[in-house]
Amino acid sequence: MSFADDAYGALTDHDDDARWAYGTGFADPLAGVPTTVAGDVDRADLAAYCLMLGDDALVMSHRLQQWVTRAPELEDELALANIGLDLLGQARLLLGRAGEVEGAGRDEDALAYLRDAGEFRNVRLAERGDADFAHLVARLLVFSCWRLALLDRLTASRDPVLAAIGAKGVKEVTYHREYAAQWVVRLGDGTDLSHARMRAAMEAVLPLAGELFSTHEIEARLAAAGVAVDPALLRAEFDEAMNQVLDAATLTGLPGAAAAAQGRDGEHGPELGEILAEMQELARALPGGVW
Amino acid sequence: MSEEIRHEWPLFEVFVRAKRGLNHVHVGSLRAADHEMALHHARDLYTRRNEGVSIWVVRSDDVVSSGPEDKDAFFAPSGDKVYRHPTYYSIPDSVPHI
Amino acid sequence: MSDVAVAPESAGERAFAETIEKDQRVEPRDWMPEGYRKTMIRQIAQHAHSEIIGMQPEGAWITRAPTLRRKAILLAKVQDEAGHGLYLYSAAETLGADRGDLTRRLIEGRQKYSSIFNYPTLTFADVGVIGWLVDGAAICNQVPLCRSSFGPYARAMIRICKEESFHQRQGYELLMTMMSGTPEQRAMVQDATNRWWWPSLMMFGPPDADSPNSAQSMAWKIKRHSNDELRQRFVDMTVPQAEALGVTLPDPELRWNAERGRHDFGEIDWVEFKKVIAGGGPLNAERIAHRRRADEEGAWVREAAAAHAAKATRRRETGA
Ligand SMILES: [Fe+2]
Ligand SMILES: [Fe+2]
Repeated sequence: MSFADDAYGALTDHDDDARWAYGTGFADPLAGVPTTVAGDVDRADLAAYCLMLGDDALVMSHRLQQWVTRAPELEDELALANIGLDLLGQARLLLGRAGEVEGAGRDEDALAYLRDAGEFRNVRLAERGDADFAHLVARLLVFSCWRLALLDRLTASRDPVLAAIGAKGVKEVTYHREYAAQWVVRLGDGTDLSHARMRAAMEAVLPLAGELFSTHEIEARLAAAGVAVDPALLRAEFDEAMNQVLDAATLTGLPGAAAAAQGRDGEHGPELGEILAEMQELARALPGGVW
Repeated sequence: MSEEIRHEWPLFEVFVRAKRGLNHVHVGSLRAADHEMALHHARDLYTRRNEGVSIWVVRSDDVVSSGPEDKDAFFAPSGDKVYRHPTYYSIPDSVPHI
Repeated sequence: MSDVAVAPESAGERAFAETIEKDQRVEPRDWMPEGYRKTMIRQIAQHAHSEIIGMQPEGAWITRAPTLRRKAILLAKVQDEAGHGLYLYSAAETLGADRGDLTRRLIEGRQKYSSIFNYPTLTFADVGVIGWLVDGAAICNQVPLCRSSFGPYARAMIRICKEESFHQRQGYELLMTMMSGTPEQRAMVQDATNRWWWPSLMMFGPPDADSPNSAQSMAWKIKRHSNDELRQRFVDMTVPQAEALGVTLPDPELRWNAERGRHDFGEIDWVEFKKVIAGGGPLNAERIAHRRRADEEGAWVREAAAAHAAKATRRRETGA
């Protein structure tokens, strides 16, 4: 060890230590994927659709970021951060694609930081704040069951970028759903207190699910063109997955989905405004700043 | 406060196979309520950088180990059995493939 | 067991001394002096606490990070710190310590953590400077610990040091980018450097003359370099980095000493050091309170998971 020359050089002593080797195989999920848009696909529709799915992930990730240093146990800090990072990664790919398709020179950051709440197209479920850990896992379960079904079908999209994002996302969201499902079961089945809190959380969150299955006109047009997924088709798969978890969690007699809100059209609750105030504060405070 | 505070969850030992063809190797421990949670936590804690292709978790109190005091009885007796090693046997250099 | 009349302690003592002497690792089930065990548990626990409390100053900027790339980097970095805490608690638990108990000691203020994390993060430049200076100082301290005599600690440190180099580089890269930006951004970087420089030097602990436990830790090979030696090393490495970045380190006495072949630097404010160590740092109470709140608010969740696991085991056993 030559600590005298270079403190960090000493690390190389251990490079033969295979136990701690960094893995390899980090890859760009869009490497080699053609980025052209088919001639019969409306570019404005496609950009808006990418924003819908991207904003869902971005806003949901923000809510997960707010749990950092507040998770019920340290191992869950790592789990929630992983989920937040996965969704942030999906958001970056989707916003990047939206900007590219739009062709107005906006990149992922311009779209994330310089749009107002009325221009965000996420579902309301993504923006809802979490009163406690039960609310978080309830929301994450609903979100993941729905998004997994959606991304799974998106892998067959005619748009090669969306198909690639879907394929990458399926692996990630499968884990998110599993994580959330296990927690919903643990809390539902655990103690009287946790059962009551899990029930209250589901009662608060499930009505928001209605919006997830109402087909927006943009989705309808793009689904007809073989590019997007019609969310109305996801209902059966979603219900089956949810019911399995809720049964195991001994949670019965819960409310159904209520009338759809219109997050996809930019109609949001005050909570999105709070999220954006926090997220965009610094980026907007220093125009021309480079980071 | 008393010294009796114990974590709500038991301790699990984690073993990771870094890549196909290698043994699982002990990498550390973590806390979890059950085996499923332990597997999830192991994945999140010990394979954030593609370090693994397979994970084992074992409850720490299920691990039975030899102790340092057993060292002589366990490991010394094999020390004089040099005839178990191929280099013990002298074969003329002229004999191939052996 | 042999019936030779050797007291087991003395055999253990001999084995321990030999292990240390030969630069081999002490493993958890080996005999070790009670003082060594206690020192190890305390040092590893304090180190683990530091990683966990250290999530807070930067964690506060994740939701406000000004680009999505920086957001992802910062989230991954803060996540790593949680991981570091866990590797270290895991090492402490090999000695029979219980993480629940160690956490309790932290949130009751009975066990310390690195006082660097009691300073506030006022601007986003602090994220860069923490990576550069605070993680940099941590690496300086920790690289020698990769050869610490206690096996589980040394192994945890190897992994941690590898991950720390990402932390330092991302911080420095952020600062380089900001220095290429607006005058306001450059001023932010200089201001953050001014605020974090002296606390970073304090991370190496009291001066050698005032460091009572060091000699024993060196003899046990828990520590391998003195506080002052590591501090000097850090200064020597950092000065050219500051020059490359274009910031001034806030020490008028800092200059190259050709005779020594090292940098001279000014005296640390040891009164401030002692005050912060003793819990008088700007955010000491908040940091502990935040950690305590997370632990308390999570209690019902952890209890529910344990209750569910017990029920599931019972159901399996009764075949229900
Ligand atoms: Fe760390
Ligand atoms: Fe770090």
